[in-house]
Amino acid sequence: MHNKSVAELSRELESGKISSVELAQQFLDRLKLEDGKYNSFITISEEQAMVEAKAADDMRAAGKATAWTGIPFAHKDIFCTNGVRTTCGSKMLENFVPPYDATVTEKFKQAGAVCLGKTNMDEFAMGSSTESSYFGATTNPWGASSAVNRVPGGSSGGSAAAVAARLVPAATGTDTGGSIRQPAALCGITGLKPTYGRVSRYGMIAFASSLDQGGAMTRTAEDAALMLNVMAGFDPKDSTCIDREVPDYTATLNEPLKGLKIGLPKEYFSEQLSPAMEQQVRSAVREYEKLGATVKEVSLPNAKLAIAAYYVIAPAEASANLSRFDGVRYGYRCEDPKDLMDMYTRTRAEGFGNEVKRRILVGSYALSAGYFDAYYLKAQKVRRLIQQDFITAFKEVDVLMSPVSPSPAFVQGEKNTDPVSMYLEDVFTIAINLAGIPAMSVPAGFVDGLPVGLQIIGDYFSEARLLNAAHQFQQVTDWHQREPQ
Amino acid sequence: MSISRADIEKVAVLARIKVDDEQVSALEKDLGNILDLVDQLSAADTDLVEPMAHPLDAVQRLRPDVVTETDQRAAFQAIAPATEDGLYLVPRVIE
Amino acid sequence: MQWDIVIGLEIHVQLATKTKIFSGSSTAFGAEPNTQANAIDLAMPGTLPVPNEQAFRYAVMFGLATNAEIGRRSMFERKNYFYPDLPKGYQTTQLAQPIVGPGHVDIDLADGSTKRVRIHHAHLEEDAGKSLHEDYHGMTGIDLNRAGTPLIEVVTEPDMSTAEEAVVFAKKLHSLVTSLGICDGDMSQGSMRFDVNISLKPKGSDTLGTRTETKNLNSFRFMEQAIAHEVERQMDILEDGGTITQETRLYNGDRDESRSMRSKEEANDYRYFPCPDLLPVDIDDAFIEDARARLPELPDARKARFKEQYGLNDYDAGVLSGDARLAAFFEETLAHGKDAKLAANWIQGEFSARLNAEEKSVAESPISGAQLGALVTRIADNTVSSAGAKKVFEALWSGDNDNVDAIIDANGLKQVSDTGALEAMVEEVLAGMPDQVTQYQNEEDPKKRKKMLGGFMGPLMKASKGQGNPKLFNEILVRKLGG
Repeated sequence: MHNKSVAELSRELESGKISSVELAQQFLDRLKLEDGKYNSFITISEEQAMVEAKAADDMRAAGKATAWTGIPFAHKDIFCTNGVRTTCGSKMLENFVPPYDATVTEKFKQAGAVCLGKTNMDEFAMGSSTESSYFGATTNPWGASSAVNRVPGGSSGGSAAAVAARLVPAATGTDTGGSIRQPAALCGITGLKPTYGRVSRYGMIAFASSLDQGGAMTRTAEDAALMLNVMAGFDPKDSTCIDREVPDYTATLNEPLKGLKIGLPKEYFSEQLSPAMEQQVRSAVREYEKLGATVKEVSLPNAKLAIAAYYVIAPAEASANLSRFDGVRYGYRCEDPKDLMDMYTRTRAEGFGNEVKRRILVGSYALSAGYFDAYYLKAQKVRRLIQQDFITAFKEVDVLMSPVSPSPAFVQGEKNTDPVSMYLEDVFTIAINLAGIPAMSVPAGFVDGLPVGLQIIGDYFSEARLLNAAHQFQQVTDWHQREPQ
Repeated sequence: MSISRADIEKVAVLARIKVDDEQVSALEKDLGNILDLVDQLSAADTDLVEPMAHPLDAVQRLRPDVVTETDQRAAFQAIAPATEDGLYLVPRVIE
Repeated sequence: MQWDIVIGLEIHVQLATKTKIFSGSSTAFGAEPNTQANAIDLAMPGTLPVPNEQAFRYAVMFGLATNAEIGRRSMFERKNYFYPDLPKGYQTTQLAQPIVGPGHVDIDLADGSTKRVRIHHAHLEEDAGKSLHEDYHGMTGIDLNRAGTPLIEVVTEPDMSTAEEAVVFAKKLHSLVTSLGICDGDMSQGSMRFDVNISLKPKGSDTLGTRTETKNLNSFRFMEQAIAHEVERQMDILEDGGTITQETRLYNGDRDESRSMRSKEEANDYRYFPCPDLLPVDIDDAFIEDARARLPELPDARKARFKEQYGLNDYDAGVLSGDARLAAFFEETLAHGKDAKLAANWIQGEFSARLNAEEKSVAESPISGAQLGALVTRIADNTVSSAGAKKVFEALWSGDNDNVDAIIDANGLKQVSDTGALEAMVEEVLAGMPDQVTQYQNEEDPKKRKKMLGGFMGPLMKASKGQGNPKLFNEILVRKLGG
């Protein structure tokens, strides 16, 4: 069962060959047995999962089953789950059990899905390797040997590793600068970051509010479509969530791609990309040509400024978003504070890891008196230029295609010492978040036995077209079905 | 652009994060590198560009003035570090 | 040296919405601690704000009532600072684009002149919670019920130059917001809080001096005292050749002293930036016209109407129109007792005195306007004397009896106004006081005669068991005694 997709499991449950309770138990048993190798979960919520599985069987018996009823899956540990510990990968929230659900969590519950637990992540989603988790690094199921372990990417590395290792068929992720797409690419799975505002952020612990977006991590594009069907939609609790009709994303998966206009941003095929990686991406694009698509080169002249703009805007927003972790109402508080200042400064020094502290400090600095215009305001202007580049490109082409990451999964510890080298992991993904447009990562080959992802970027609210393009690619390739040994 | 030790110490106070001398030295290097990266921004010509705070050109919805919340103090205070008589307790605040 | 005093005010006005500015929690005052603080108010991880439409409506009504420009597009910023009663670690407020732009309010001064005080802007923001400094084992207790209550902060230009002007302006603003119904005006509960910016400059100078801000004055009396105190403090420093430090000060009204709030000064760098959880708020014509249609009669218009409709003098009309609830009480009284002057006197006299003595607001009065109106009717038609009326008032106030006529009957307060019976009593009393009658008739000075007339009233009231109409007694006496 563990090799089946969500769509396949849904049919198994529908046919009555297996019950939700049986399926949940099988997955939980395997998860408990296997995850020691990957550390892809922070919390396995077996008890709640079995309650949900029983409820799913009841739902089916009552004739109210959806495509998700009884499907086991996992949430990135950034989505608040009522009654189940939600840590955001941080010591700060080591014992935080929220008495409320994120809107995304609620939607999966309503659909009857069975959440097996919470996946590992970079602390507060700040990272590209899932090494900054307080609960230990996650290991990529690909490329592990007795000598080295490789990172699964990040920050949604736990979700990516769990889906790649067949521990769950699907998991939620969040993407602020590449945190769904880059781990999806490094773990050889399919990842979708929707348009900003497509999925509610309520109850999704904020890193950078104007960039964060929840999305899908699955093995197939079809499953990603099924997942977005549940996640997308207006939420009156999120002021930035858009009130716009949600199509059935599975309905258009089989549209032919003939005439699809693909643009290749020349800035994304630069010297930062290794020749081997480039070869894989270009051969994937050739598959699209075989399917009837046309290809032309386009330019995103301001793309090179994306990392700089991002590393002002994201830390600035984060510096304020993370001020609520002050030891007063919930979460970690230092031992025996001698006064209020001591409580604040030690709680935050001890509760946050180094990367989180670095970003809070950078963000505070960028917003502080005398620097606001040079950093924050300037970055917001550059953000507009980057957005304009995409708007211009989409006047000429339907989708853009590019690599997801400059290189395949790197060895654990390799980029830990220099924050900037880690930041450059997101060089091809970050501009998409600044513009707020949707993008996917689709398995597109291997380099040295490690998965390579193809990034498909679309205009605002073009998720259906991206999923269609990814699905058609997956009908003629089998990269997404390769299993790590 | 480099950042001075004094700047780091000042920002750490603003952000309420305790840093010792050794950490300040490490931060001096790391934050300096990050700011070097960020300084690429200064090359961009943005004279006539409107700052962009949000990806979507949307306006705020307003909520009707209707009470939708009930008292859940017990649930919220069950996860609090220190409470008494329904209050959150913190080290003495001196105004 | 002679000094010019320059005063500007910042006023925090709590809006009388049912729910908080960014959450559906109740704002009712006086609930058990933290029972009205939900996930959003507590800044639980992942929670997000959604603004309250009524807060914007109230802010727009305020703008319309102060002749201000309405911000067609307003934005929220985050003001970053750590304080235990500020759950998010930032206050969501408006800086660059507030909901209410420049406006003005005209105030009437004691010397009969009118002065225009310009309003720089008014913005929407959220209130903080409360720190309770009673000792919890050396700790401070935090109650977040108030956190997220909508406020408008009104910022004036430094247009006032005396404590009197500042207080008159403050009272006018209080009158405005209570008349608009956008604030309950209860200063003792912090519904309106005043910060006063004060600086001095040599008389006639164009250069403003360094200013200080005295925070959180919650009564008009304290405000007046605090200004006097701060002006004197600055004057002492300047005349000794010293310089004023720009700082925030806290005034202690009970001791008439102030001190610097050093904690607020420490490295103030609020790192404002646009709140990414909120979008720009666009206010269209329809919203403004709807708000305009909701504007009630404002104090200036009401004062003019009171003069015109009820024939009140300027002073009475000013007092009774200033406070919306007092004005409503006055008009309810008049609905049941037609004599406007009499009603005005009773409300400003006995009624206000009792409220003040018991520190009650008009809303908390045990007497209704209808009851006072019934009493005014009985005074006007001579059923009770003014002395009797005070007894009726007492009975109403204490709640012993709520019906004016029943109180009059039960306590035998009804005046005898039967002229025949009263004349008989006068004749009998005068017959028993021949010496005094002669003295009176020989007295030439009308003032002294008037005084001597009082000497007959005591015995007359005694003879009538206190129920004789004193006015009629007086008339009969004058006639019988011959002029």
